[in-house]
Amino acid sequence: MQPINVEEVQHALNRFANQDVYLHLETTNGAYASHHNEGFFSAGAYIRNGRIRFSRGKIVGEGPYRVGLKLDLGWVYAEGLTDWILNEKGQLLLAGHDYEGKLAVALQLSREPF
Amino acid sequence: MERHILVVFPHPDDEAFGVSGTLILHAENGTPITYACLTLGEMGRNMGKPPFANRETLPLIRKNELEEACKVIGIKDLRLLGFRDKTIEFEDEEMLADRIGAIIAETNPSLIITFYPGYSVHPDHDACGAAVIRAVERLPLEKRPTVHCVAFSKNCEQEIGQPDIIRDVSAVIDKKLASIKAHRSQTEGLMQGAAKRGGDAFTWLKTEYFWTYKWEKAN
Repeated sequence: MQPINVEEVQHALNRFANQDVYLHLETTNGAYASHHNEGFFSAGAYIRNGRIRFSRGKIVGEGPYRVGLKLDLGWVYAEGLTDWILNEKGQLLLAGHDYEGKLAVALQLSREPF
Repeated sequence: MERHILVVFPHPDDEAFGVSGTLILHAENGTPITYACLTLGEMGRNMGKPPFANRETLPLIRKNELEEACKVIGIKDLRLLGFRDKTIEFEDEEMLADRIGAIIAETNPSLIITFYPGYSVHPDHDACGAAVIRAVERLPLEKRPTVHCVAFSKNCEQEIGQPDIIRDVSAVIDKKLASIKAHRSQTEGLMQGAAKRGGDAFTWLKTEYFWTYKWEKAN
């Protein structure tokens, strides 16, 4: 992956708009967060291969970046995004790596199921 | 000497930190080892330091790393069970026990190594250990292999007592470190940190701890 280039990511997002696409969305602080730090409240969520259709997708921020996808009846949102790649399968992978390089958030779009 | 050892863990690298010294010693003695690994650690947060993996390339990278680690340890029979990382606790418990039970029946191990259910921190670890115990409990008491569990939750010694097996693996520490390093995407940052600290950063890896599982009910 490479550091996010807003114009290129915006262009890639546009190419997934107005069609059925598959979404991978996750946030995580790791299964060991509360083990290493008992005061830490561990939380996370992920959805894999959620089928969505958005009319508008936008990346904003100064970095780390935020992405919002406007659905017919709702929204998809992620913050903390730092890196991206459009891989050989044409999937758009966006990830947020923390200060240690660990993945903290991911938002990915694909025309075929992941 | 054990007849055959079956190791059951949910993630590639679970075998490296806590038990690879023990496995290396057994392998060097000629004991055959089967490793049933439930997932490919698809949801790992470590992507290398600096990151060289991403969410979609991670599974294949970790599979290759696991195969390399098995080579280092001397595990010749690796079974990939194809479950997905972070989902083990949501699977059907009987089905999980069936899958593990089939491998037990096939390999007829004298010793099984897994996580202690309830005392192993990660939900996948606990669910994996529980499935192994469930599978072995289906056997009549006299036919059950010995089960050595790994536990590391903060409360484990308070609730299940001291480990009854404490094994010095310092004789094979170099191989053990190589097995950890084989999981490069997951351990690169850790190893860099340890190398920077120097001194006794690896001391904790020279001893391995197990709790022999005590059966509550006989069939």
